[in-house]
This record gives sequence, structure tokens and C-alpha cells, in this order.
Amino acid sequence: MSKPKIATTSLAGCFGCHMSLLDIDERILKLIELVDFDKSPIDDIKEFTGRCAIGLIEGGCANEDNVHVLQEFRKHCDILVAVGDCAIMGDIPAMRNNIPLKECLEEAYLNGPSIHNPEKVMPNDKELPLCLDRVYPCHEVVKIDYSLPGCPPGADTIWQALVALLNNKPLELPYELIKYD
Amino acid sequence: MSENLQSEIKAICQGSGNDRTKMMDIVRAVQEKFGQVSSEAMDIIAKFVNCHRVEVEGIVSFYTFLSKNPKGKVIIRLCNDVVDKMAGVGAVADAFKKELSIDFGQTTTDGKITLEYTPCIGMCDQAPAALINDEVITYLSTDKVKEIVADIKKHYDPSKLKHRLGDGNNADELVHSCVHNGLRKKGPVIFADYKSKAGLKNALAVSPVEIINVVKAARLRGRGGAGFPTGMKWQFTRAAVGEKKFILCNADEGEPGTFKDRVILTERADMLFEGMAIGGYAIGAQAGILYLRGEYAYLIKLLEKILKDRRYKNLLGKDILGKKGFNFDITIQMGAGAYICGEETALISSCEGLRGDPKTRPPFPVQKGYLGYPTAVNNVETLCCATRILEMGAAWFAETGSKGSPGTKLLSVSGDCKQPGVYELPFGIKVKDLLKEVGAEDAQAVLVGGPSGQIIGPNDYNRTICYDDLATGGAVIVFGSERDMVEIATEYMEFFVEENCGYCTPCRVGNVLLKKHLDKILAGKGEPQDLDALQELGESIKTTSRCGLGQTSPNPVLTTLKNFRQSYEKKVKKSPDGMQPTFDIRKALADAEKIANRQSVMFTK
Ligand SMILES: Cc1cc2nc3c(=O)[nH]c(=O)nc-3n(C[C@H](O)[C@H](O)[C@H](O)COP(=O)(O)O)c2cc1C
Ligand code: SF4
Ligand code: SF4
Repeated sequence: MSKPKIATTSLAGCFGCHMSLLDIDERILKLIELVDFDKSPIDDIKEFTGRCAIGLIEGGCANEDNVHVLQEFRKHCDILVAVGDCAIMGDIPAMRNNIPLKECLEEAYLNGPSIHNPEKVMPNDKELPLCLDRVYPCHEVVKIDYSLPGCPPGADTIWQALVALLNNKPLELPYELIKYD
Repeated sequence: MSENLQSEIKAICQGSGNDRTKMMDIVRAVQEKFGQVSSEAMDIIAKFVNCHRVEVEGIVSFYTFLSKNPKGKVIIRLCNDVVDKMAGVGAVADAFKKELSIDFGQTTTDGKITLEYTPCIGMCDQAPAALINDEVITYLSTDKVKEIVADIKKHYDPSKLKHRLGDGNNADELVHSCVHNGLRKKGPVIFADYKSKAGLKNALAVSPVEIINVVKAARLRGRGGAGFPTGMKWQFTRAAVGEKKFILCNADEGEPGTFKDRVILTERADMLFEGMAIGGYAIGAQAGILYLRGEYAYLIKLLEKILKDRRYKNLLGKDILGKKGFNFDITIQMGAGAYICGEETALISSCEGLRGDPKTRPPFPVQKGYLGYPTAVNNVETLCCATRILEMGAAWFAETGSKGSPGTKLLSVSGDCKQPGVYELPFGIKVKDLLKEVGAEDAQAVLVGGPSGQIIGPNDYNRTICYDDLATGGAVIVFGSERDMVEIATEYMEFFVEENCGYCTPCRVGNVLLKKHLDKILAGKGEPQDLDALQELGESIKTTSRCGLGQTSPNPVLTTLKNFRQSYEKKVKKSPDGMQPTFDIRKALADAEKIANRQSVMFTK
């Protein structure tokens, strides 16, 4: 029987949640026994090769590419898990949400105190994905099945969640794993 | 101008003894005089009462009747409560916009007239209604709007508006209002004839402790909504240690659909003030404060006159009715348009000249209330009941009503019924019988207790109105078969979003989220899981909010979810592809496309 497949992505996140996934240490070997990785920065597969059981999403949607990737994940994965506070509620990137996009871009590329841009050029290559008017948490763009809070959620939390999902068992997260203060 | 501002404000502050706790009076006076409490005015006030400017600004930004920016000399506040909407306020609103050539939230270019919306002003039985400065205008129609605007433009003085006069004391020259009492049914406790001082005389013949025992024996419970035993409240206040004590009467009456205290204040103010004096004697207070909602300012002259008469008759003042050492007097504190100030600890904050923020309990007001002294806060109707109990005796009172809820209750009924108005009925009445009485037997739904109460359907019409079943501070709103209950619940959530004080996150944020889910459902984009989310979120808000507002604000949603589930289910459908129907990529990209001056290649349609 072929192993279930799992895909992961980092949208508007810091890769911290992926680092936390790698923090499961030697258990990664066990994970490889349980699943195959499909599209993911971990194996650098860029496009989905088939249907996946689980998609892990880090980060919210800040630009059109994030939306595109998230929608692809929804199409290809049976279960989507929002991993970390950025995916769940936008978090730090969403701090720009109360400032108009134009002002944000001008501050970032023209007026910020550490900017050296004498020609006053705003990056505008066709290849660059356009920014959204604000940062959207994942559940505002597609249906999300589960959320794992934390910035990032600890390795044990992610591990427990994956094992429970793959074995179709109820998830047990002891208090220590979801306590953040 | 600035010199003038300085000297006028100086006079206003001096008039209030430069007392920081009189801040409400000070800012109200400045607002009235200058049509705003400007930034400069705030500095001047802060200087004279010796507080930080931010304290003044905090108050001005809190109350809707106060504003930093200039408002017109005439402010038209049209009530857009649910009941007014059902009565066709939309057309009236359009007429105002047309006649004044401005939108809501704007002031005419000559700076003379401001047009605004306001939540329930306590006139649901004569909706649509508006406040024009302190004047109340009821039964509005598009024709009437034309007349009013034409009339106002002649003199810009709302007190000169021509209108017919209401019944009873509404026609008194001190009130001169078109409001009708709408008193449909008089009962034995509140609206039976009352002879001034009968209760007080009996009270002063016995000891304070005996009064408390009588009120306890009558099993009187608070009429403001929570139903706390009044005798116990007075006992606690009496027992608490404090140099001074206070009795506060809660006449904030802000719960949408509640307008029964309005009628008491108009027709039975004597009885109310007597109840305050009795309570004052019982708990050992020398001063009482009537906290009157800003919307009822049209009654203040009448109330002041009745207070004056009572002082003259030695029913207030020194050695009342010859009782050596019993000194008691009452002042009136005006509110300034904030529903939360009906919550007793917020009411105390407001009386202290602070923002109307609720306080953390314990300590309870009976231990540490107004200015830190033991304080009993009672509803208007509760105090009138106390007066009657002292007149007629505990046994007489307990004969009426049900076992756990003796006495009568004033119900203010509005919405889709033939005879809206105020009914004094014995506690324990079945909803079914009430509906018959008010001419609404075919009601689809009834909201008992205002938005913080419960919305019930026909399956529950055999239930009774009393503290042990359907509790209410008085509001009963009827919804006919053509009303969409999801829409109604959404309207009420809007009210709570506007009116919460913002102190705690579950209430400040949670109510907004509830409203968002509801809007999504109403826009036809809801999914079944939105209903679960509403339920879960509603329950969290209730359990984690700090005061009664947040602890009840999800009720319109939770009770309609329970009792009108089909209305919700009809509106939601599962998304076929797992995409969120509310996400609009075109809208999300519009800004960036404009800034970059190119179209998205990724999302072409
Ligand atoms: C948000 C909120 C608004 C309230 N508004 C009123 C009100 O307008 N009038 C009132 O008497 N009680 C109101 N209450 C109840 C008061 O907090 C308090 O229980 C009541 O005034 C006590 O008087 P009673 O025991 O005589 O009923 C409100 C409570 C909350 C939580
Ligand atoms: S949740 Fe925290 S760790 Fe994860 S992507 Fe966001 S900022 Fe990084
Ligand atoms: S529950 Fe709402 S109204 Fe009450 S204190 Fe909290 S934010 Fe303020």
C-alpha cells in the first residue's frame, strides 16, 4: 500500500513554523516511514504530483501568489491545517492592515529611515506578485480544517497533531503543549 | 473667542465648584453652550478642575451626546432601533436627507443642523421617533419631516417646534411634549392612585431595620432586569462600613424596547422620590442621585419641580416629616447617551464624572460604590414598589404575582402588535395571554427582556414572565410572520457592537466577529460551519466577558439559533470546492493594480 502524502508551504510567514517542524529531530525518520512528502520546501518539489492527505500551511496571504498557492493546496489536499499564528490570524505581517497599501509600499521602498533609493523607483517587475489590500488569515480565503496555534507551535505539538491525523485518532494535546505564556 | 471660551468655561467649572467628580455636568454644559467640547475647551476644563486633559477627552469621546468636533445648533437624532425600522424609519430618514440636503453624520453647510442616528430612545410604542436637541418628536412620517424642517429653519430653536401635546403630565407646561404615556393597563402597585407621603410616613414610624424586614417579607426583587432581592441589597448597604452612604436610582432605561420608566418618571415621580427617601432611611444614606438618561432630558424641569415641592413639604431636606436626624435630599445626574451606563457600576462611574466604564467586582457597590462609599443602586420601578409596600404592607404586595416573583411588572410592549404601550400586569402571566392582551396572537417571535433577553417562538408561548422563567426588565418586542429573524438578530448585534465599552476583548472583538458571521450569512455566502462558529463564539463571549453587557450580548444570536434554526439553515450552503465565498480577489487586488499600474497576470478574472 502506498504511503499517504503530505505537502507543506510557507506563505506570508517567517519559516519559523517549518523550522519547528524540523525540530521533531530524529522523529523525522519515523515521519518518512509514515508519509511521502509532496510539494514542500523540505524536498523542494515545486508542483503537486498528486492528491495529498494533509497540507500544512504556514503564514497568511499577503500577496496574490500566496492566494494562488493556498487555493492549490485546497484543491489537492484532503485536510488543511493552519500551522502557527500567521496562518491562523495574519499575525505580524497583518500589522500593516490598518495602513493603506500605498503608504506601506512608500515607507518600505521610498521614505523609510534606512532606505537609499535616490531614483525613487518602486519595484514593479511583472514577475513580482501584487500585494493584497491587507493580509488575510488563511481561513478567510479557503476552508481550513484544523488550526495549530503558537508562534511557532512547538515540534511536539506538530508531531502529535500529525500522528493523530495520520492514524485517524483523536488529537490529545496536553496543557503544556498549548500553553504559551 | 478664546478669551470668551476661557471665561465661560471658568464660570461653568466654578458653578460646579471646580469639582472633578461633577465632570458630566461640566462637559454637558460646555457642549450645550458651544456645540462642541473642542480641544482648547478640554485644556481649559482640565486646568480649572485640576485633572489631566486626557481624562476630559476620554469622557468626551465616550458619550455620544458629547463631541470634539462642532455640531449644529440643532441636532436631529433619528432613532434607528429595530422597532423603528419595522415602523418605516427608512422613508423618514430619506425625507430628512432630502429636506436638509445632507447625509447622516453630517452638518448643513451653514453649520446649523446636524443629522444623526441614535439607538433606542425609549419611544418604541410611538415609532418612528427622533430627538431634536432635548425635544422628542414621535410618530414621524415623511410629511411630518417636511413640516419639522421648514419650522426649524424659521428659528433654529427646537423648543419652539409646533406640535400637539401628549396626555397626562406630558401636556404640563414644564414638559410640553408630544410624547404619549401609552399606558394601556394600570395595576395595583405602580399606577393605582397614590397619595403622596403615605409610604414615607409609615416608614419613618418604624426603624430602618424594620423597613428592610418589610421589604424582605414582600420578597421584592429588582425590576431593572437582574432581579436581585431588594431587601437584601439594602441590608448589605446598611451593614457595610462607611462614613456616608448613597442610594442611586437607575433611570438610564437604555435596553432597546424598554420604556416603562419613562411613564413612571412622567406620572409617578413623587412615588419614586419617596421610594428613594425610604431606601435612604433604611440604609442610612443622606443623599440620593437620580441618574436620568440624556434622552429623557425633556422631563428634567418637571422632575426638578417635584423635588422642589417635596422639599417645601418637608418630604426631603432636614428632619423629614419631623423625624429628628433624618436628613435626605436628591439630586439629578444627567447621562449623555450611553447604554452601558445602565449597568450599575458603569452608572456609578458616570456619576463620579468618569467614562461610563463598568468596574470590577468585588467590591460590590453595596460595599464600595459611589466615591467609594456603600451604595444601593435600584431601578425606578423597584423604588416605586418599595413605596407601595410601605404604604400597603408586605402581605398585600405578595398576594399578587407568582411565588418567586411577587407583585406586578410593568411591561413595555412594542413591535408588530395592535396595542403597543405600557401594561402593569401580575408576574407569572403567560406569554400567550400577554400576546392576546396586546393584539398579537399570530406573532412569529417575541423578544422578552430586550436584546439581552431571549427571542422565543410559538413553542414557548406557554411559558411565564417572571424571574424563574422568562425574566425581563420590561421590554417585550413582538415580531410578525414577515420578519426575518436572522436579520433581527444581526440588527441587535450591531447595537452591542456600538454600545459596549471596549474594556474587555471577548465583548469588544467577539461581538464584531458574531456580526461578521451574520452579515456573511445574510449576504447568502454562509456555510453550515458558520452556525457552529456562531454558537461557539457566542458561548465564549458569555462566559469570558467582564460585565452584564458582554455576558448577555450574544443572546439574540444564541436564542434565534435555538428557536429559529430553520431560518438560518435556509440561508447557508456548503461550499462545493472548499473556497471561501466571501473572499473577493478582485477587491483584494484593486489597490495594488492601481499602484503598480498593471493588471494581475495570475488572476485574470
Ligand atoms: C448593559 C446593562 C444595562 C443595564 N441597564 C439598566 C437600565 O437601564 N435600568 C436599570 O434599572 N437597570 C439596568 N441594568 C441593571 C443594573 O445593572 C442593576 O442591576 C439594576 O439597576 C439594579 O436595580 P434593581 O435591583 O432595582 O433592579 C443594566 C445592566 C446591564 C448589564
Ligand atoms: S507563526 Fe510565528 S513562527 Fe510561524 S511563520 Fe508566523 S511568525 Fe513565523
Ligand atoms: S463586557 Fe463589554 S461592556 Fe462589559 S466591561 Fe467588557 S467590554 Fe465593557
